[in-house]
Amino acid sequence: MRIVAVTSCPTGIAHTYMAAEALEEAARAAGDTIEVETQGAAGMTKLAPETIAAADVVVLAADVEVRERERFGGKPIVEVAVSTAINSAAAVLEEARSKLASSGSAEPAPRSATPPVTPVAAAGFGTRLRQWLMTGVSYMIPFVAAGGILIAVSFIIAGPQVAMAVNGGVFHGVHYAGASSITAIYHTAGIGGVLFEIGGIAFSMLVPILAGFIAYGMADRQGLVPGVIGGLIAVDVHAGFLGGIIAGLLAGATVRLILKVPVPRVISGMMPIVVVPLISATVVGVLMLLVIGNPVSFVMTEITNWLNGLSGANAIGLGALLGLMMAFDMGGPVNKVAYTFAVAGLASGGIGGQKVMAAVMAAGMVPPLALALATVVRRSLFSDAERKAGEAAWLLGASFITEGAIPFAAADPLRVIPSIMAGSAVTGALSMAFSASSPAPHGGIWVVGLLGHWPLWILAIAAGTLVGCACVIALKSLRRSTPTPVPVVSLLEVANA
Amino acid sequence: MPELIDESMVVLDLQAQDKDSAVHVLAERLALAGRVTDMEQFLADVRAREQVMATGLEGGIGIPHARSSAVTSPSLAFGRSRSRVDFGAGDGPADLIFLIAAPADGGAEHMTILASLARRLVHGSFLESLRSLASPTEVAELINREVGG
Repeated sequence: MRIVAVTSCPTGIAHTYMAAEALEEAARAAGDTIEVETQGAAGMTKLAPETIAAADVVVLAADVEVRERERFGGKPIVEVAVSTAINSAAAVLEEARSKLASSGSAEPAPRSATPPVTPVAAAGFGTRLRQWLMTGVSYMIPFVAAGGILIAVSFIIAGPQVAMAVNGGVFHGVHYAGASSITAIYHTAGIGGVLFEIGGIAFSMLVPILAGFIAYGMADRQGLVPGVIGGLIAVDVHAGFLGGIIAGLLAGATVRLILKVPVPRVISGMMPIVVVPLISATVVGVLMLLVIGNPVSFVMTEITNWLNGLSGANAIGLGALLGLMMAFDMGGPVNKVAYTFAVAGLASGGIGGQKVMAAVMAAGMVPPLALALATVVRRSLFSDAERKAGEAAWLLGASFITEGAIPFAAADPLRVIPSIMAGSAVTGALSMAFSASSPAPHGGIWVVGLLGHWPLWILAIAAGTLVGCACVIALKSLRRSTPTPVPVVSLLEVANA
Repeated sequence: MPELIDESMVVLDLQAQDKDSAVHVLAERLALAGRVTDMEQFLADVRAREQVMATGLEGGIGIPHARSSAVTSPSLAFGRSRSRVDFGAGDGPADLIFLIAAPADGGAEHMTILASLARRLVHGSFLESLRSLASPTEVAELINREVGG
């Protein structure tokens, strides 16, 4: 029997290689030939395509998603947990032998004649969901950093009016026509405007990249097409990054389902290039446009109406509410409703609008700042990737780029979003209570000189940052003290013993 | 790059009731040897890995491990426990405990030494030698020789 195998584990330094060695030893003892691809930390030597083509059977011993698994399409595959391959490699090879026997015969053997290949769930669903989300987030973080810092630098170079200079609008009583075309940016808005535009374009890729690589984490390369398309639609229907997460998960699940359908060998070669992308993109696109888009835009309209009706109410309550909204989806539709409300107030003139603007801007600065602070105060609660995102988040928060918090929220939404909402609500309420006011629609700390009551405005931001930071540390610590869940694998092994 | 292990990182009479204290004792040896710069961070990273899935394996071995920014070079601390420590393996607690520390930013060449260690761990003869050797120096020499060659 000619075997190709892939081994892989969460850390990539121990189990991956133990399983490889155990499988190689067992194959030698049984007189089989085997080649193992170790997808671990010590680099990866890929199986040669001709080796795969010549193999009779594929063994995947993995606790994390196997990279490029579509290479093995059409071959009989045995999947086990990596610890199973270490503890009982000989039994895994026997499973492969019977799988080969049953798939090789022209008439499929009756099910009962072959020992069932136990599909071993490698990790609990919660763990895998977190792995998928982290895959998406880790590809998105460089876009947040590059885009965010470019926008911040553009404010430093060209001042708070740069957004209006590029897109058109009224700022501080001056009317800006905006750049008539993308090539005219330099002439109308200068180098600051150019940087602002580049940053904006990087930001426009956040949600598609997030969705695409969540799907990539679930379904490997074939998830990318429906994931990116779903993410673009999420932007189009104003579903923000929460819509992007839904699109990514939807795309990954769709591809996995399609790959479960048995296909004749003639078609299996076309599956990864034509059939899977076509079907999955159609399914995800239709669901996003027809099923998910409408409820989201409905909710959007409702929220806008509700907010407009609420403006007469208690100012501090309004500040808190706008704070909650600014933090809820960090640059998504709810955040934009609150922001648009403030800018509209600003345009209508009068000090009331300027107060709302100051509260909204302060509240929008808090989420990245609170998370950046948390990564410094309690490093051990965050992954390496998150700590690096934390370093960029200081500048993003100070520049009123709420998106700086998205990497943290996408990885752990249920703990991060409530925490930063609490912080932003405190800041929004305090800013209103202090009667801070801002004539500038954007710019964060760089426009502080234009603000009324600016020392109190900074105090409000500091207070919300501390509250958000304390909440996120408390919620994340809570998770750490919960007992370790019993791994699914060991339960299955006990059941089989 | 220093050798994977030296005699100061071998504990032949490991006193520990559970895996947390076993890991703590071994991590302290790594810290004293200058291989781990921040104990709290390293322990948190090992715990995070343990939470994904227990690292006990059949045949009485436990391999707690982590890639961590607190680690300076690929290192191993080895402990032998008479009373055995439960690392969640299907066939009972472990008497041989390997605490494997990998630097977070280690390139592929750094990691090959750990890969070669992991490959030795599935060989019964290697484990039997580790059970019978009498001094920390002999244990460290055996391990370094096996992973080097």
